[in-house]
Amino acid sequence: MSEQPMTGSEIAIRALVDQGVDVIFGYPGGAVLPIYDALFKQNSVRHILVREEGGAVHMAEGYARSTGKVGVVLVTSGPGATNIVTGLTDAFMDSIPLVCLTGQVPTHLIGNDAFQEADTTGITRPCTKHNYLVKKIEDLERVMHEAFYVARSGRPGPVLVDLPKDILMALHTYSGQAIKVQHKRYQPRLDADPDAIDRAVDLIANARRPLFYCGGGVINSGPKASELLRRLVQMTGYPITLTLMGLGAYPASDRQFLGMVGMHGTYESNLAMHGCDVLINVGARFDDRVTGRLAAFSPNSKRIHVDIDSSSINKNVPVEVPLVGDATHVLEALIARWKAKKLSPDRKAIAAWWTQIDQWRARDCLRYAGSDSIIKPQYAIQRLYEHVKDRDVYITTEVGQHQMWAAQFFKFEEPNRWMTSGGLGTMGYGLPAAIGVQIAHPKALVIDIAGEASILMNIQEMSTAIQHRLPVKVFIINNQWMGMVRQWQELLHGGRYSESYTAALPDFVKLAEAFGGVGLRATKPGDVDGVIAEMIAVDKPVIADIQVDQTENCFPMIPSGAAHNEMLLGPDDEAKRPISEEGMVLV
Amino acid sequence: MEQVERHTISVLVDNEAGVLARVIGLFSGRGYNIESLTVAEVDKANALSRITVVTVGTPMIIEQIKAQLERLVPVHRVVDLSQDGPHVERELALVKVAGVGDRRVESLRIADIFRARAIDSTNDSFVFEISGSTDKLNAFIRLMEPLGLVDVSRTGVVAIARGSKAL
Repeated sequence: MSEQPMTGSEIAIRALVDQGVDVIFGYPGGAVLPIYDALFKQNSVRHILVREEGGAVHMAEGYARSTGKVGVVLVTSGPGATNIVTGLTDAFMDSIPLVCLTGQVPTHLIGNDAFQEADTTGITRPCTKHNYLVKKIEDLERVMHEAFYVARSGRPGPVLVDLPKDILMALHTYSGQAIKVQHKRYQPRLDADPDAIDRAVDLIANARRPLFYCGGGVINSGPKASELLRRLVQMTGYPITLTLMGLGAYPASDRQFLGMVGMHGTYESNLAMHGCDVLINVGARFDDRVTGRLAAFSPNSKRIHVDIDSSSINKNVPVEVPLVGDATHVLEALIARWKAKKLSPDRKAIAAWWTQIDQWRARDCLRYAGSDSIIKPQYAIQRLYEHVKDRDVYITTEVGQHQMWAAQFFKFEEPNRWMTSGGLGTMGYGLPAAIGVQIAHPKALVIDIAGEASILMNIQEMSTAIQHRLPVKVFIINNQWMGMVRQWQELLHGGRYSESYTAALPDFVKLAEAFGGVGLRATKPGDVDGVIAEMIAVDKPVIADIQVDQTENCFPMIPSGAAHNEMLLGPDDEAKRPISEEGMVLV
Repeated sequence: MEQVERHTISVLVDNEAGVLARVIGLFSGRGYNIESLTVAEVDKANALSRITVVTVGTPMIIEQIKAQLERLVPVHRVVDLSQDGPHVERELALVKVAGVGDRRVESLRIADIFRARAIDSTNDSFVFEISGSTDKLNAFIRLMEPLGLVDVSRTGVVAIARGSKAL
């Protein structure tokens, strides 16, 4: 118990310190000046000054996803708060734990259309897990700790705390007790129903064509969940596929891993999903990018669904055995029950299933036509992977074709190494996310695999990287088009490329230099290895402009409105399978 | 398509700023229907409010609505009264009828049959208070239409489970 009264600003910072926060991402402004003044007078919390508030949220996301800790953001009222809405929505969709502190006009001015006033809690209510407006200084300590508890408990997500300026300047004591108090109501369930565990293991043991389908929930549950998943998958000998958000939850080099599932997933994953008789979903949510046409999704399977959020269960796809709980706890229980019952898989049936899967694998669905004269985007990412795979490497991406190629061609052996905007698909995510990762892992190699269109959405954060000496690498797969938009226009809109060509791109080499970084360029396949080697060797922020084939499309692809067994495997398939009217209205 | 059902759901929430906006925003943001919604504080000591919401949807949607409500941090309990056994539902309406002569007499006679009470009267108008099921209120209001119905204010449904158990 600290007897000395402190200001609200000091209480907020003290709560951060007590929560183990050592770095926050932010941008000052009128309403948060008292906190910035308090930050100035202390050395426990490091502040990373960003260039636009939107960048701060993605940095906090990168920090959180690569460490498993809560990311923290501090911005001012009004435009500071509205600029973080995209990032909050992104974190909400991808279940990333964040605490965002926003300044607010003084309580007596709220509702008066004061300068830089916005209804921040109103605006962010649908895109946060929870939010608070602190109107009494007595509540501040409790709310700060509650915010961290809510952000990281259960299904993680962003929590916003709106702090009026008069509260930041008011005086109150800091008890030090609030951190220990359990939330009076919000107590997410960690252990699944034992009867359901029992039914699940029986179903798993009796499967003839099983498939594990796992997602970001495994990663959010912590590294132990990935270890347990590996144990369970290897005990059974069953195949496993991962969602975009789940990459790294199971080692990509393992034979039992079929690659990513979904719209740009592998042929073998998607056909296994279509043909399986038991589907074991751990921490994935049957997203539309995974299921394709729901009516035709995995038509003959019984489904087990492990999720800490009961609202994810039976939302899109009905399941036979729901297991509401934390992935670590549930996987532990499944393994224990499997052992206790001395279960074993049906070896003959599983061998036949693998024979089938190996036939699908033999199609080599990621194959592409190579070239000696022009850089294929897939080739650039493959070379990047070969250069960095034995290093301590973290990958972020922007959104679009390059993101899907990165997911297909970069192999992740561990969780928390892959940061991408999955649910919301936020262009401009990758560079700030990479900066957040680099802050958390100063010695690691952090690469943003980018597109030339996405990178321009948050390019200003290069300046942040320079200021804080963060040697992030931006690897631009530059095809001069909004590649995924162009691909859809080619497939769905008769090749009418409406506004998807960027006619006036900057010179990325000069741009890097203008910021104070290093710019590199590759224009032919022979340049790629040299550029990558130099990019890695330079101890500064680098933009590598890899000028690739402008017409390459991302395959395999399940067109929207199609089923898993209706994949397009390559350009030759496009003409043969026109996209349905129903498919066109989907996103 | 699955059959659409009407469910009455009771939600016990912390009585804090924004809680109603959270619940309503959930329904509008996810495209669920609200037929009626009532809210008032029911436990001052613990600062708890009770929301009664009547909604329609397929069984899968109703399950989703309950799961989504349970996800909200200030929500304590979600009980589907329509599913969990017998319950009683009541709604209250204030119905203003303007008229003179026979129509005025007739409105009083029908009010008597429906056990509605006149709680305000002028020489050419009544305000009736009526409570009961939604259907009963609908029937009463329909009968008042030709007799000079000018205004209606309704509370929406409140509901509670039968028997000795609490929410």
